[in-house]
Amino acid sequence: MPDLKESALLSVENLQVHFRTPDGVNRAVDGVSFSIQSGETLAIVGESGCGKSVTSMSILRLLPEPPARLAGAIRFEGRDLLSLPEREMRRIRGNAISVIFQEPMTSLNPVLSVGRQIGETLRLHQGLSRKDAEERAVEMLALVGIPEPRRRVREYPHQLSGGMRQRVMIAIALACSPKLLIADEPTTALDVTIQAQILDLMRDLKRRVGAAIMLITHDLGVVAEVADRVVVMYAGRKVEEAAVRDLFRTPRHPYTRGLMGAVPRLGAAERPGAPQRLAEIPGMVPSLKTRIDGCVFAGRCPSVTDLCRSHAPALEPKAPGHLAACHYAPKDALAA
Amino acid sequence: MFGFLVRRVLAVIPVMAVVGLFVFSLLSLAPGDPAALIAGDQASPADIERIRASLGLDRPFLVRFGEWAWRILHGDLGTSIFTNLPVTTMIGQRVQPTVSLMLVTLIFAVLVAVPLGVVAAWKAGRLVDRLVMGAAVLGFSVPVFVVGYLLAYVFALELGWLPAQGYTPIEQGVGPWLANLVLPALTLGLVYIALIARVTRATMLDVLQQDYVRTARAKGVAQGSVLFVHALKNAAVPIVTVIGIGIALLIGGAVVTETVFAIPGLGRLTVDAILRRDYPVIQGVVLLFSFTYVLVNLAIDLLYTLIDPRIRY
Repeated sequence: MPDLKESALLSVENLQVHFRTPDGVNRAVDGVSFSIQSGETLAIVGESGCGKSVTSMSILRLLPEPPARLAGAIRFEGRDLLSLPEREMRRIRGNAISVIFQEPMTSLNPVLSVGRQIGETLRLHQGLSRKDAEERAVEMLALVGIPEPRRRVREYPHQLSGGMRQRVMIAIALACSPKLLIADEPTTALDVTIQAQILDLMRDLKRRVGAAIMLITHDLGVVAEVADRVVVMYAGRKVEEAAVRDLFRTPRHPYTRGLMGAVPRLGAAERPGAPQRLAEIPGMVPSLKTRIDGCVFAGRCPSVTDLCRSHAPALEPKAPGHLAACHYAPKDALAA
Repeated sequence: MFGFLVRRVLAVIPVMAVVGLFVFSLLSLAPGDPAALIAGDQASPADIERIRASLGLDRPFLVRFGEWAWRILHGDLGTSIFTNLPVTTMIGQRVQPTVSLMLVTLIFAVLVAVPLGVVAAWKAGRLVDRLVMGAAVLGFSVPVFVVGYLLAYVFALELGWLPAQGYTPIEQGVGPWLANLVLPALTLGLVYIALIARVTRATMLDVLQQDYVRTARAKGVAQGSVLFVHALKNAAVPIVTVIGIGIALLIGGAVVTETVFAIPGLGRLTVDAILRRDYPVIQGVVLLFSFTYVLVNLAIDLLYTLIDPRIRY
C-alpha cells in the first residue's frame, strides 16, 4: 500500500527499538512498519513482551534513551517524530497524540484533583486559564459519562472506582481533541461489564471527535469489536496484517491461528471430537537478546520445516491488503 | 477533621506530662547537690540542710514534682539559682538568636536539599547524583564544630566576607542580622541538608517509577513540572516527616553551633546552666525544647492532610 503511506496520519517505517542491558542487546522491536489513516482504528495484537507497548511508547518518545535506542522513522502528519526536538515533541504529546494507559488505578496522580489533571492538558496546549480549564474539565467528565461532573471534578482519584478512573483517563486523552489516540490495553484491568462500557464509550467518542485509534491489546474479542485493521506482532516483529474481517475469516500466519485457538468458545468442548482443553501455543517466546536467522516463530510453529529455521520469511502480500510473514501461508492468486 | 484536631491537641498533654516527669526526675537523680554548691566550701552540714530546706529539696519527690508542674502551668518556670532572675526572663532574653538561627537554617536547608535530592533522583546513577550523594555522606560524617571552625577560618578570618562571631538583633537591620547568621546556619544546616537530600532522593526514585509520572509526560508536561509538581507532591509526606524529625537535630546542633560562633542564644544558656548546675534553668530550657518539638510534630501531622488528600482523620 505505498500510495496510502503518503496520506497516512501516522506511518511507522522499519522501527527498531533496542535496549542495552547488562547481558546483551534486547531487540524489543525489530523492523516494524505500519500506518494508520485518519479516523481509522488499528489494532496491534500479540502476547505480553512482543513489543506492542514499546512501539506505542516510542511513537510518543517516552522511552528513556539510553538504555533504549530507536532507529527507523515515525512520520506523523509528514514530520519525523524521532528527529523532532524535545520541545516540539512535548507540544504533540497530549495534544495531537494522546494515550490511554492500561492501569487506571495507578495512572492518575493521587494527589492532584481530577479536574486539575484534565485541565492541565488544556492549559498546556490551548492556553486556557485555570477557571476555563476547570469548566472544560466538567464538560469532559460529562462527555465520558461521569455523573455529577461538577462535584466529581474536585475529587481525587482514590474517590473514584476503576471504571470511573478509566473514564477520567479517556477524558484527559480526549481533552485536546487528538488526531491519534493510543489506547494501550485500555480495558484489561477492568471488570467485563465495565470493559464493554468503556469500549462503547471509545467507539462513540471516536465518532464524535474523529480521532484515529491505535489499539494495543491481546484480547481478540476487543479487536473483533472495534478494530478496522489488525497488525499481529510476535517477538518484536510484525508477522501478519489484514483487515479485521479477513484476519478472523482466514488467518494466514500459524501464530495468528494459534492465538485464535487460544480463545475460549462457548460450547466448543461439547462438540464430538473437539479437544477438551483450550488450545495453547506450545513453547516460549524466543529470547530477544539472540539474533534469530530463521523465522522468529519457528521454535513454536506446528508446521515448521528446515527452510523456516534457516531463512526468515519475507512479509509479503498473500491476498489484497493481507500481509503475512510465513513461507507456507496460503496465497491467493490475486495477490501475486 | 475538627474532632481529629481536638484529639491531636489533647494528646499533647500526656506527652508533655511524661516529658515533665522525665526532666524533673533526671535532675533529681543527677549527681551534685545544688544546696552544697550554693552554700560553698566553708559551710557546715547544718547550713547546707537549711539551704536545702529553703529550696524545698528536703520534701518528697512527688510533692515537689506536683508543685513544680503546677507552677509551670501558671507560666512560672522558677528562679535561676545562679542569677536569681526568673527563668522565663532569662529564656526570653535568649530566644531571638536561637529562633533566628533555626529558622534561617531550616529555610536554607529545605531550599537547598529538596532540589538537590530531586535532581539526584532524576539523574540517578549519573555524575550529578554521585556528587550530591557523596557530599551528603560528607555532610553526615564531619562534626559540626569542625565545619564551624573551618567555615569561620575561611570566610571570616581569611577572606573577611562575613563576621566570625556574635549576633546582631534583627531590630538593627536585616542585613547585619543575616550576615551574622550565614556561617552558623551553614554549619548547623549541613547534616540537616544531607538528611533531607537523601530522603528526597530515595522517595523521588520510587515516585518517578510510578505510572502517573508516565501519564504526566504523555500529556506533554515539561520535565521541571513533572519533577517538581507531579512527582514531588507525591514524595512530600516522607520529606516533610524527615524535615520535622530533623528539628531535633537542629536543636542539638544549635548548642554546639552557638558555642562555636559565640551566639548568645538558648544553646549557650543551656550549656552554661548545666555547667553551673542551675536546675531551674536546665528544666525550663529542656521543657521549652521538648514542647517545640511536640508542636512541630503536631504541625506536621496536620500538614499531611494538606499534602495528600488520601490522608483523612
